[in-house]
Amino acid sequence: MNTATERAPSCGLLAEFADHKALVAAARGAYAAGYRRLDAFSPFPVEGLSEAIGFHRDALAPVVLGGGVLGAGVGYAMQYYLSAVHYPLNVGGRPLHSWPAFVPVIYEMTILFAALAAVFGMLLLNGLPRPYHPVFNVPAFARASRDRFFLYIESSDPLFDLQDTRRFLRRQGALDVADVPA
Amino acid sequence: MNRPWIGPEHTYASVTDKISAIVLTEKAPRAWLWGFGVSLLLLSMLVAATVYLFAAGIGVWGVNVPVSWGFAIINFVWWIGIGHAGTLISAILLLLRQKWRTSINRFAEAMTLFAVVCAALFPVLHLGRPDKFYWLIPYPSTMGVWPQFRSPLIWDFFAISTYGTVSLLFWYVGLIPDLATLRDGARRPWASKVYGFLAMGWRGSARHWHRYETAYLLLAGLATALVVSVHSIVSLDFAASLLPGWHTTIFPPYFVSGAIYSGFAMVLTLAIPLRAYYGLEAFITERHLNNMANVMLATGLIVAYGYLMEHFMSWYGENAYEHAVTINRMRGPYAPAYWALLLFNVIIPQSLWWRRVRASPWALLAVSLSVNLGMWLERFVIVITSLHRDFLVSSWGMYYPTRWDWATFLGSLGLFFTAMFLFIRFLPVISVSETRELLSEPGASRS
Amino acid sequence: MPPLTIDEWPEGWPTDLSRRDFLKWSGASLALALLSACRQPLEKIIPYGQEPENLVAGKPLSFATALAQGRSACGVLVTSHMGRPTRIDGNPRHPDSLGAADIFTQAEILNLYDPDRSQVVLEAGQPSHWQTFAAAWTRVLSGLRNGEGLRILTGAVISPSLGDQLSRILKRYPGARWHQYEPVASDAPQEGSLLAFGRRLLPRYRLREAEIIVSLDSDFLGSGPGRLAYAREFASRRRPERGQPMSRLYVAEGTPSITGSMADHHLPASQLQIEAMARQIAWACGARCARLPLEEPARRWAAAAAADLKRSRGRGLLAVGEFQPPMVHALAHAVNHALGNAGSTVEYLPPPDFRPESHARSMGTLARDMGAGRVSALVTVDCNPAYAAPADLDFPGLYRRLPFRVHAGHYADETAAISHWHLPLAHPLESWGDLRASDGTVTLCQPLIAPLYEGKSASELLSALFDENPRSGYELLRARWRHRPSFERFWLESLSEGVVAGTRYSPQRVEPRRTLAERLEPVSQAGYELLLRPDPTVLDGRHANNGWLQELPKPQTTLTWDNAALISPLTARTLEVENGDLLELRFRGRLLEAPAWVLANQAERSVTLHLGYGRRAGGKTAAGLGVDAYALRQGAEPWGGSGLELAKRSGRRALAATQGHHSMEGRRHVRAATLAQFKARPDFARQTEPGPAAEESLYPRWEPGEYAWGMTVNLNSCIGCSACVIACQAENNSPVVGKQEVLRGREMHWLRVDRYVEEHPPRMLHQPVPCMHCENAPCELVCPVGATVHSQEGLNEMVYNRCVGTRYCSNNCPYKVRRFNFFQYADLKTESLKMLRNPEVSVRERGVMEKCTYCVQRISAARIAAKKEGRRIRDGEVVTACQAACPAEAIVFGDLRDAQSRLSGQKADPLNYDLLASLGTRPRTSYLARLTNPAPELAS
Repeated sequence: MNTATERAPSCGLLAEFADHKALVAAARGAYAAGYRRLDAFSPFPVEGLSEAIGFHRDALAPVVLGGGVLGAGVGYAMQYYLSAVHYPLNVGGRPLHSWPAFVPVIYEMTILFAALAAVFGMLLLNGLPRPYHPVFNVPAFARASRDRFFLYIESSDPLFDLQDTRRFLRRQGALDVADVPA
Repeated sequence: MNRPWIGPEHTYASVTDKISAIVLTEKAPRAWLWGFGVSLLLLSMLVAATVYLFAAGIGVWGVNVPVSWGFAIINFVWWIGIGHAGTLISAILLLLRQKWRTSINRFAEAMTLFAVVCAALFPVLHLGRPDKFYWLIPYPSTMGVWPQFRSPLIWDFFAISTYGTVSLLFWYVGLIPDLATLRDGARRPWASKVYGFLAMGWRGSARHWHRYETAYLLLAGLATALVVSVHSIVSLDFAASLLPGWHTTIFPPYFVSGAIYSGFAMVLTLAIPLRAYYGLEAFITERHLNNMANVMLATGLIVAYGYLMEHFMSWYGENAYEHAVTINRMRGPYAPAYWALLLFNVIIPQSLWWRRVRASPWALLAVSLSVNLGMWLERFVIVITSLHRDFLVSSWGMYYPTRWDWATFLGSLGLFFTAMFLFIRFLPVISVSETRELLSEPGASRS
Repeated sequence: MPPLTIDEWPEGWPTDLSRRDFLKWSGASLALALLSACRQPLEKIIPYGQEPENLVAGKPLSFATALAQGRSACGVLVTSHMGRPTRIDGNPRHPDSLGAADIFTQAEILNLYDPDRSQVVLEAGQPSHWQTFAAAWTRVLSGLRNGEGLRILTGAVISPSLGDQLSRILKRYPGARWHQYEPVASDAPQEGSLLAFGRRLLPRYRLREAEIIVSLDSDFLGSGPGRLAYAREFASRRRPERGQPMSRLYVAEGTPSITGSMADHHLPASQLQIEAMARQIAWACGARCARLPLEEPARRWAAAAAADLKRSRGRGLLAVGEFQPPMVHALAHAVNHALGNAGSTVEYLPPPDFRPESHARSMGTLARDMGAGRVSALVTVDCNPAYAAPADLDFPGLYRRLPFRVHAGHYADETAAISHWHLPLAHPLESWGDLRASDGTVTLCQPLIAPLYEGKSASELLSALFDENPRSGYELLRARWRHRPSFERFWLESLSEGVVAGTRYSPQRVEPRRTLAERLEPVSQAGYELLLRPDPTVLDGRHANNGWLQELPKPQTTLTWDNAALISPLTARTLEVENGDLLELRFRGRLLEAPAWVLANQAERSVTLHLGYGRRAGGKTAAGLGVDAYALRQGAEPWGGSGLELAKRSGRRALAATQGHHSMEGRRHVRAATLAQFKARPDFARQTEPGPAAEESLYPRWEPGEYAWGMTVNLNSCIGCSACVIACQAENNSPVVGKQEVLRGREMHWLRVDRYVEEHPPRMLHQPVPCMHCENAPCELVCPVGATVHSQEGLNEMVYNRCVGTRYCSNNCPYKVRRFNFFQYADLKTESLKMLRNPEVSVRERGVMEKCTYCVQRISAARIAAKKEGRRIRDGEVVTACQAACPAEAIVFGDLRDAQSRLSGQKADPLNYDLLASLGTRPRTSYLARLTNPAPELAS
């Protein structure tokens, strides 16, 4: 397939659709046709689109849970160590390990770590930030953030063939199919 | 409920252009310039007051013994309260699938951020040695000493910083798709560069949207848990002390509802002029205003209940000091502040029972302003009246704010509005992607 | 923005201190400290008691000497760090101190380092030299044939050596005259004894013997030479829980005094009523004297007092205030003799001053002679007549006409301003001398430090003026006592002990004349009555430049930095004035505008005005505070009289009082009961105030350390004199903040004395409040940086360096004993003040909290001493500054773990109670409740 990419003049084909229903349909079609290396772009999250291109579950939730647990642990350990072990002081006659007083900080630390995990986990898994991507070379793609919907099939897909795939996409009802230059 | 949340005339393109226009138009409108100028003026007053404060010492304020907390803490609590609506609207309404949030969550979040910044300013300014504020952070110092984790002020420090961080993340994550929109829509190359950089190469891929929504939903959940905790912890600054009038278990819930109350009031205070000036009536519809008014009415009633319970407890409980504080609030030297607070916070908002008031934006604006004022007075009454007459009769005293107290307070308004005006000018005040999503749904018109 | 006053000598802005400056300054002060180390007096001075004489670096030494306030001398021990005197305590061996020290004596240390003190000779206000003056003086003196036309004016002279010098001078210059004028020392007591015994004598009370004490305007606990001893003796009879019978005190007075607030029966009474009561009591006790009409409740009161006195013959005492007319004193002498109290509860001693005479008359003569042009040269020594002379003499006017005017004083004051020459006097701690106590005991005074400026002591000055070959104060003093056998040993002992053995007067046996010469003035109670009194904190004005005393709340009003016309609530209602409203006082044709201050227990139609304010010169601090009451003063009626006209004027003056609210609001901060109630239920004080009892805790107790420090304050002994406050300020380098800051409620006293006024029975309650050192300290819990934490030994410690100044601790302190440096209050610039500081206590910077430490520096000193000898700290080894100064021994400090300690005994006392116990703070400082012993007759 490497040879295929080399010979290929482009990294894939970008089909433009008028609304999200058409895009979802096209995506389903493409997946049914056996295309796997494809992606869909829309100006807003579209119901069922990711499933249509065969993307079902993401790993974010467990990451966030991990973050939360870590935060709680760090919060409690820090307070216990600092006020009961490292620098024990009699404060207001309270015990060194006065855990009820530690709860608020533990709570905040849990949320902080979980939130950070959520955001950076999402960016990481999405491979962002990524300033350059071939699809940006297609002028029409600027409308992907406005009012147009796109289906993208990479040339690296084993079934990919410049002519057949273009024809296939037209059949899916694309307004236009653009070549994505490298 | 079958009426659409967005005017019928709009399409994906039109909403995008309409909202982006505010940011992407070349020239700043005259009114914006005026508002921005006034805000800058106030801000410079804050700077001056702060410089003088650092030069001369905290004594330039009216604080003393017994009233060693004054305007600084009042303003801190007031601002942090205002800072609650944003996250609340975004997060809780998102979880509750309240679609109407879409039009107001963006600048509500912005408002939150700026309010938190203003709030965070005061605890630092009010320190006797502000240059040492970082000693509240647990870092390994050469002295080998650490913060004292039993102090509510430390809890505060963690709560506020966490809240600030999470709100920022939440806001930014919400912005990413719109930044992409601006990147692609901007005509000026530098603008598209800046927005492009901030958009981090967002291209609306289905996979990305999938993870993005998960993250956003989880963030919303976390933020909701957070927003409830933050003002509870702020209220512990008072509740954890042993002063009559502070030492009460009702504070956390009633501070939180008070925060939501004042937050919504501030959102309305900002939203009504904004929609009028930029003609966003199609996005921030009367239904939005109506719903926000309802939330205000509800939370306002909870707050009123809080006041009631305080008095009931001081009468029902046997604690003579509590009782004395209640009487002092009603009849003491600061009684006017107390009665004014009841007027602004409890009496006037009752007008929201009438649909005609909720339906008229300007009446609503008036009520919101009254609530903003009322909530400030509430904090004044709580902080000052409890401190100035506590246990030992011999140490009773009075508190008189100085001109520098006022300068710092008004100055913080300047900081807030300066930030607000910059936001309006440079970022979409309404979430474009979510608006498109709304349009895409059945029932929403899309010619 | 009002001008901020930031230190003992207010001047403009508080300067923020950069680290670099700080180093610079601390360097400078170190240099100064070293300098002061070599400022030791040239002559040998002898440390107190058996201490090693050689100076161990860093170890403070204490030296015995004495200090005078007008007519009274107080023996003191001065602590000296490396030759730098830093604090003044009482000398236990001195009869007028017994180890205690009053506010004036303690505050002298601040006067010593006062940068405003006069430093050089002034000729017509311009700096000059002693030589230049000497030249001018010799010309003048030679011009006066055997001293004709030469006058010397001094205050009261209680120094034997100075007296001898004066008599030598007067012998040598027969034409010269010596006048004495002490503005606030009354002639009446001596005149009274002249009436009664035909001799000048002064009564000395023996309160340990007294069971019934009737005071007619006598503030024996608050003023007069014997007060410190009296306070202790009085307290010893106010401990019924210790078994011995409790004394009963009646006080009738025009304006409430410290003594009045200790009374079991207090009666606000006008001058006239008091005389009438005196006559009533005297008559009842068998003296044959005329009587004046007396209406209720005074009649009933006097009858009860008389009855009580008669019941306890030989164990009663009728005391009369020094401002009462001689006749009333004479009556009292008669009564005390008739009842056999003389010799038992009161004895008679010759006055301590050299050639006692009526100062009013002496001053009057001088004024008359000046007017008649019989005075060509006047030398004024340590006296400020241009300010303090009675207004009707017009002293300044007469003085200006004199050809040669010399003023020697500690300050370039009002008199200096209109003198040809002003000569700086050395501070007592800079000079040699001797002083006679009220019982005759002499103290040889030694200097602690060589004069900081060009000052000379009074005796050096006289020697310089009148001796061919002037001698030093040292030589003069030794010459005076040279006649003593084995002189050198005498000298050494006297100096190290602080008292000269065998100089005490022996009580005089006297009999009052059978019949008292009657001089019944026509009864005239027209309008209001003016009472002119010495100020409780600045006396006659001599301490007007002393920041400590200016900022010390006056015992009754808690006013600082000001005086005011004290009026009764009734007067306030009739004139419709409130505190601070301006009043116009018209007395004998003279006018004065003064702010009003409403004072409970003030006699209804009496208006009290304190002397000593309205200074026009005499230091940056002194000038321009308050109103000058001398403007209303008459030579004939130095203490006021009836016929005062009072009118409300428009306008107010802001008066800085440290306590705004004087009713206890039923909170029982001060627990009090009558003797009967106490016997009925001894634990009355333990009943907690309203609020839930909170002894139990979820948390386990902390194990106490090696020691458990604690304190008790006995409200039965405490007379509210505030000596403890000044002691604390001196020990702990507490700054002075100035009137504007006090107005804002930012005073910095670590120890304050709260006052509460009770309506029924009408009385004033005092309560000293230091840090409670709570075991469950609320302040510690809320500090975010752990700047205030608990020590093993139970001290609530404040770590200044760690404090960031959130002030949360102050909010959460239910006792509000924490003080905050809102500005840079401590003066870090004035060089002389750096020498004043106690090197054991750090000087606080701007923005940090501070509070009472239980004098932790003294605890560690004791610990070091104990460790060296491998033992525990002994009971009574640690004495806090406040405890040391207290004349009534009301404060006890010690170790709770030691069951035998005096403190443990106090804590076991049934009267012992915690302040705000219901909060569960478990304070280590506790109080012993107040008891009163009312007479059955008056119990209603």
